[in-house]
Amino acid sequence: MNVIEAAGLGKRYGSTWALRECTLAIPDGHVAALVGPNGAGKTTLLNLAVGLATPTAGTVSVLGGTRPGSPAALDGIAFVAQDAPLHANLSVADTLHLTRNLNRRFDRGYARARLDELGIPLTRKAGKLSGGQQAQLALTLALGRRPRLLVLDEPMASLDPLARHDFMATAMTAMADDGVSVVLSSHVLTELERVADYLVLMSRGSVQVAGEVDDLLASHRVLTGPAAEAGRYAERLAVVHARRGGAQAHLLIRTNGSTDPVPPGWEAHPVSLEELALAYLREPGAASLPGPVRAERTEVSP
Amino acid sequence: MAIGKGISPAGNADASSPGGGGAALPEASTRGPASPIEFRLDPASGVPTYLQLVQQVEHALRLGYLKPGDQLPKVRDVVASLAINPNTVLKAYRELETKGLTAGRPGQGTFIEATLSQVALPELTGLRRSLLGWLATADTAGLDEDGIVALFTSVLRDFHERRGGTGDRRAPASGATEGVA
Repeated sequence: MNVIEAAGLGKRYGSTWALRECTLAIPDGHVAALVGPNGAGKTTLLNLAVGLATPTAGTVSVLGGTRPGSPAALDGIAFVAQDAPLHANLSVADTLHLTRNLNRRFDRGYARARLDELGIPLTRKAGKLSGGQQAQLALTLALGRRPRLLVLDEPMASLDPLARHDFMATAMTAMADDGVSVVLSSHVLTELERVADYLVLMSRGSVQVAGEVDDLLASHRVLTGPAAEAGRYAERLAVVHARRGGAQAHLLIRTNGSTDPVPPGWEAHPVSLEELALAYLREPGAASLPGPVRAERTEVSP
Repeated sequence: MAIGKGISPAGNADASSPGGGGAALPEASTRGPASPIEFRLDPASGVPTYLQLVQQVEHALRLGYLKPGDQLPKVRDVVASLAINPNTVLKAYRELETKGLTAGRPGQGTFIEATLSQVALPELTGLRRSLLGWLATADTAGLDEDGIVALFTSVLRDFHERRGGTGDRRAPASGATEGVA
């Protein structure tokens, strides 16, 4: 099952396309990271997927073909918008009460137990909580709805390192316990590198790279060798991005699965996710996208 | 690797296990469901997270922190303490199972099945001698220590790649490089 599937999806605000020709299929059972610079279209894509915006072009479906915004989709998806919006003047207890009454399903016992574990007092006003506690409260409210898909827009932008770790631990534990799929966005790849096993790289309103992180890392490498020969190899190899010094050149190449031999005198290195992402972001013309038909490969977490 | 509760369920920490230091001796009575080991991550190592977990289990086996019958940390506990993707832990545990080092027991967890035998002593002596010889040659050729490590790492990677992937039982575990660095 795909938790988010889009075909030719586009969204225009006025005369500006925030998202163009977006085609992708994010499989379930993953932590999918939506990464790209500010203005790349991440929030637009998420808003379309959770039903907060309607497409200008193309189609989008969630949870295996459900229409975003339909009752089934609303029940199955929990969304935490940027900066964890909360009513600052409501106490934590009142916030729980409100959330329970605004949703068809809300597991109050789970939410209270979580908040207790986190040491967040029920009597405190939401606005008086620390940034980390506010983020945890918003996440707890979302998970209390017992979703199948958790969507987080820039969840950690304003958190300190410890709060980030705790926030992510909460989300990942929900995944381990209940098999929740997670889609989250960030403009900082490094904070997602440890959790994401599916990457969607966006820039300027379109999807540039999409795929399982392991597959992406296995199908790219960096070749380092004499700059004078770089041009010769660049013609034969699928070079995503090249960096040349006077004598030495680094070519980040896509190997397309085959383990082609390293040219004599050259060294091959595996790439890190960050290096790979930067290379693509620097070359807006380059793309690495799966074909139209994806093999179903679901990883089940217990 | 923290040695929170270094006592194996089988009984006392025995003095014969190499490196099984006595740090945890006073806790002999606390035999909870906890695993003898605790994972840690080195974000700067460049080693994929799942592989770090695999290597830490192998390392703990070599050093005697883990013995057959011991339980590995539960997936949920690893996820909660390291804030990593459960799929990553599952992948590491699958890899350990493929290597024949562990076995999953439905509803209970993952348990150690086998030990990792260290290279027999005579072989080790021979390997050490030839490595010393090689180091002397490298030194004569003018390579400094960093250069030697760089060369070794590069050759090790080539060797590893030629063997094809990480599925190999004798993939370069951390122990292999430590002897040189």
